[in-house]
Amino acid sequence: MPETFEPKIVAFFCNWCTYLAADLAGTSRIKYAPNTRVVRVMCSGRVDPQFILDAFAKGADGVLIGGCHPGDCHYQEGNYKALRRFVLLKRLVKQMGIEEARLRLEWISAAEGERVKTVVNDMVEKLRVLGPRVPVRQKEVA
Amino acid sequence: MKPKVAFYWCASCGGCEEAVVDLDEKILDVANAVDIVFWPVALDFKEHDVEAMPDGSILASFINGAIRNSDQLKMAKLLRAKSQVVVAFGVCAQLGGIPGLANLSDAKGIFAEVFADGVAPVRFYKDNGHSLSLPEFFDTVVALDRVIDVDYYVPGCPPTPKIIGDALGVLLGSTLPPKGTVLAPDQALCEQCPRKDTRPEKLLLKEFKRVHQVVADQQTCLLAQGLACLGPGTRAGCEAMCPRGNMPCTGCFGPTSRVRDFGAKALSSLASIIDSDDEGEIARVLDALPDPAGTFYRYSLPSSLLGRRRME
Amino acid sequence: MSKANGDIRIGVYVCHCGTNISAVVDVKSLAAYGATLPNVVVSREYKYLCSDPGQDLIRQDIAERKLNRVVVASCSPHLHEQTFRNALATGGLNPFFLQMVNIREQDSWVTEDKQAATRKARDLVRAAARRVAWNESLERDRIPIHPAVMVVGGGIAGIHAALTLANSGKHVYLVEREPTIGGHMAQFDKTFPTLDCAACILTPKMSAVKSHKNITLWTYSEVTQVDGYVGNFKVKVRRWPRYIKEDLCSGCLECLKACVYKEAKFPDDFNVGLAKRKPIYISFPQAVPQVPVIDPETCIQFKSGKCKKTCIDACGERHAISLQMEEKTEEVEVGNIILATGSQPFDARRIPYYGYGVYPNVYTALEVERLVNASGPTAGEVVLRDGRTPKTVGIVHCVGSRDENTNRWCSRVCCMYSLKLAHLIKEHTGADIFNFYIDIRTPGKGFEEFYQKLLNERVHFVRGRVAEVTDWALDPTEEDKLVIRVEDTLAGIVRRIPVDMVVLATGLEPQADAEQVRRLFNISCASGGFFLERHPKLAPVSTFTDGIFLAGCCQGPKDIPDTVAQAGAAAAEALALIDAGFVETEPNAAYVMEEVCSGCKTCVAMCPFTAIEFLQEERKARINQAKCKGCGTCVAACPSGSIYQHLFEDRQIFEEIEGILTNA
Repeated sequence: MPETFEPKIVAFFCNWCTYLAADLAGTSRIKYAPNTRVVRVMCSGRVDPQFILDAFAKGADGVLIGGCHPGDCHYQEGNYKALRRFVLLKRLVKQMGIEEARLRLEWISAAEGERVKTVVNDMVEKLRVLGPRVPVRQKEVA
Repeated sequence: MKPKVAFYWCASCGGCEEAVVDLDEKILDVANAVDIVFWPVALDFKEHDVEAMPDGSILASFINGAIRNSDQLKMAKLLRAKSQVVVAFGVCAQLGGIPGLANLSDAKGIFAEVFADGVAPVRFYKDNGHSLSLPEFFDTVVALDRVIDVDYYVPGCPPTPKIIGDALGVLLGSTLPPKGTVLAPDQALCEQCPRKDTRPEKLLLKEFKRVHQVVADQQTCLLAQGLACLGPGTRAGCEAMCPRGNMPCTGCFGPTSRVRDFGAKALSSLASIIDSDDEGEIARVLDALPDPAGTFYRYSLPSSLLGRRRME
Repeated sequence: MSKANGDIRIGVYVCHCGTNISAVVDVKSLAAYGATLPNVVVSREYKYLCSDPGQDLIRQDIAERKLNRVVVASCSPHLHEQTFRNALATGGLNPFFLQMVNIREQDSWVTEDKQAATRKARDLVRAAARRVAWNESLERDRIPIHPAVMVVGGGIAGIHAALTLANSGKHVYLVEREPTIGGHMAQFDKTFPTLDCAACILTPKMSAVKSHKNITLWTYSEVTQVDGYVGNFKVKVRRWPRYIKEDLCSGCLECLKACVYKEAKFPDDFNVGLAKRKPIYISFPQAVPQVPVIDPETCIQFKSGKCKKTCIDACGERHAISLQMEEKTEEVEVGNIILATGSQPFDARRIPYYGYGVYPNVYTALEVERLVNASGPTAGEVVLRDGRTPKTVGIVHCVGSRDENTNRWCSRVCCMYSLKLAHLIKEHTGADIFNFYIDIRTPGKGFEEFYQKLLNERVHFVRGRVAEVTDWALDPTEEDKLVIRVEDTLAGIVRRIPVDMVVLATGLEPQADAEQVRRLFNISCASGGFFLERHPKLAPVSTFTDGIFLAGCCQGPKDIPDTVAQAGAAAAEALALIDAGFVETEPNAAYVMEEVCSGCKTCVAMCPFTAIEFLQEERKARINQAKCKGCGTCVAACPSGSIYQHLFEDRQIFEEIEGILTNA
């Protein structure tokens, strides 16, 4: 690659915790890697595995899901459902040859602006090492 | 003049052909109503016979099987040119089917697995002035609509006699449904399942079981018994044939029209009802489903969002 | 279901936000880029879109260019989604045809690389333009507001909020877990800067609470369960048994005198352990309600069953004492809840090198408040534990505040109360007082003047954070004293200052059970552990849960004037809702497409709000639109894709993903 590879991460952030944390990082002027593209949902429980696989299929180098800490979900239990799906999806994604670092679930509360920075920067670093995810459909038959 | 129809099989097991035969005496009605101009498994027409036909002269071609080599690709394109309507017959043609599981590997990997060390197929071979050729074996299996325009889909592995009969009725009827319609109800299987009322309203599972581990009760909802029944995510139409045979649904009728990726939705719903909030416990419960790709994409891997495994 | 049929006409608006966005993101090129996107008919940039002229710009375009979709790329939707939705509504377009793009909090403010920031903004604007085409026209529902309010916490914040609401004619349930209201303020002697007697200004309010016909006062009680939502909360309150009937007790306190324990033996919480109480006790003489409590852990009758029960005899014909009393749970309906649960003082034992709990003459500020108070354990005499009057006193500021090892924040009140205690101790004892400070923070009205007064009283101020309190004497002047070791940063030397008494100005921190309490009410905590306000400037008493408000130190350390102001503000917020009569919902409920639902019941297990019921006759699921909170968990779980969520439809989200990843 001629220039440094900049991974593109599609991030599904829950409105009440992680999205607010990302806003807090902003109001605190905390600087972090500009590689995320946030899709706001009300709850991490809204994140359908179809969205995650669609993002990978369309070329996302990484997918990050951000929700409230266990026990803190604004809607009581949505994040637990997200966790259950994530554990299974992780195994599927591994069978499909997608490296583990590309799919990540993080619990980030509304007060953790600093954590948004650490998580995003860490994920970007790991993805830089892995390189771009080339959607395999490109290598298919005509 | 009777309308002309053709049947062809691509990467398939032959079950869809048998399904047509399975229409029993109804097959005679079919044979009376139409002129079958191409059916390799049953009749002696050749490729060049098809090539000789004018374009669009076949009313409908029923193509089953997935596309996994260059010969199938060629025949699919040929039949498309010669037909007014192409029906993807069976889930292999609709979604890629069981042959689609080859997408967890590639040509090289498959040959290494199937043939002995050092033995690999050669595409072109010359011997004594004669040339032999084999079709190109693609790395990736795809569903029929990836390579040609498909008008209708008849789902199933194989489609049931009733579904075939319904589909034929629709196609021979006065108004054709919109192009791209799947000729089966657009609801999930639970609607037709005799065990539906026995599923508790709030079902949460502490265990999954596999079919060899338990003798399922004949009346109770199979999912409620811990078997990974995919009926809730699978299109209805088969009248719950497998549950009636005391086996959980494996999803051969594919998704409803509202779902883009069958496996993703199926795994979402099954994972969501695991009765635990602890990551370790959830993982332990899921150990009972050791092959998520095989379980959730048994019939639909090629047409899933990812399509195939990314090889190293 | 939405239909991207007919003509989609999108207007894209990029805000400079002064220079907040434009200094980093190339807003001009972004607006130009917006114009190239499919279905966009106009794309502009403007300095302050949220201002009136900014909104007029959008309204004008809606009228003149016949826009039916609007994308606004600016600050976080948490700040101005409502503003721009209103702009659409007043411009004649359904407010939900708006899609906001966050290019400030999540872009220009967090990125230094201008090109990367602009690229990010482009991706997000492109995604929003695709998504907004699938937005649909939605209407808000109205939820009626029950007029009663619950105030949790009976300190000065809770008391003021309750009185304000009660005076306006609303019914208030004031719940307090101690046996009396009054909170920490009741423990203070005088309040800064006016040196008003705390009890004198507090007790009339406490009394007003007791006698107000609109206030139901439940002390010795705590909230155990909260269900429902704004306008319709159902709250369960557990009332611990006092073993004395409130409606029969006359407050004569004869039972206390008559108790078989002639001497008080048990630690008295109100006096911070400096005094003792009997098993039957009242927190302080002006307690409201004026009804004692029997502590079953220490009362002989409860422990052995063999007491003479002289208390019951003393009560006589009133028969107010009832040892068979049981705990009771009340359940009430209220429309709003105000949390005024306060803070707790920092535990000075966490800083062992200050010697609290090790040397008997190291005190916390709250303990000293009780000492100087005329109704305290020493009747207002400032005496050490060995009975001596101190001749030198050192007051250590910032104990458990501004400290990386314990709490990082400034507790806001300690400088002022340290000055106050310096004044009071000097007044009571004539002692030589040293204040050891990092900064002297006296921002409030009259505060600086108070500081000047102290300087005139010859109180010594040493600028330096105390390193250690030790009793290890290095020379005879330090014998039998506590030595404060500190770097005097203004003089530039390390000093050893021997004192008789050390007072630790302990900071404020969240209550020990703040985490449990906030979960009970479904609100969040901020990073220090205090309850999180919706916006620090624009909504300091609201939370992210509609109908739940904050007042006082539970939201962050503050003094009494600010606490009372906040309590009034919280009451006003509640009143605004009650008087409006309704609150409008965010129309993001999920709904089952009943024609295609197969009745698999997967969704029923997903909803913690029991909003999904299974209809036995039709054998399908149905979602109650009023109960649905819009989390979308059932939507993601439905295996046949038969549940849709307004505002967050699958199709809309897929379009966003597509927009982000396809380089158009």
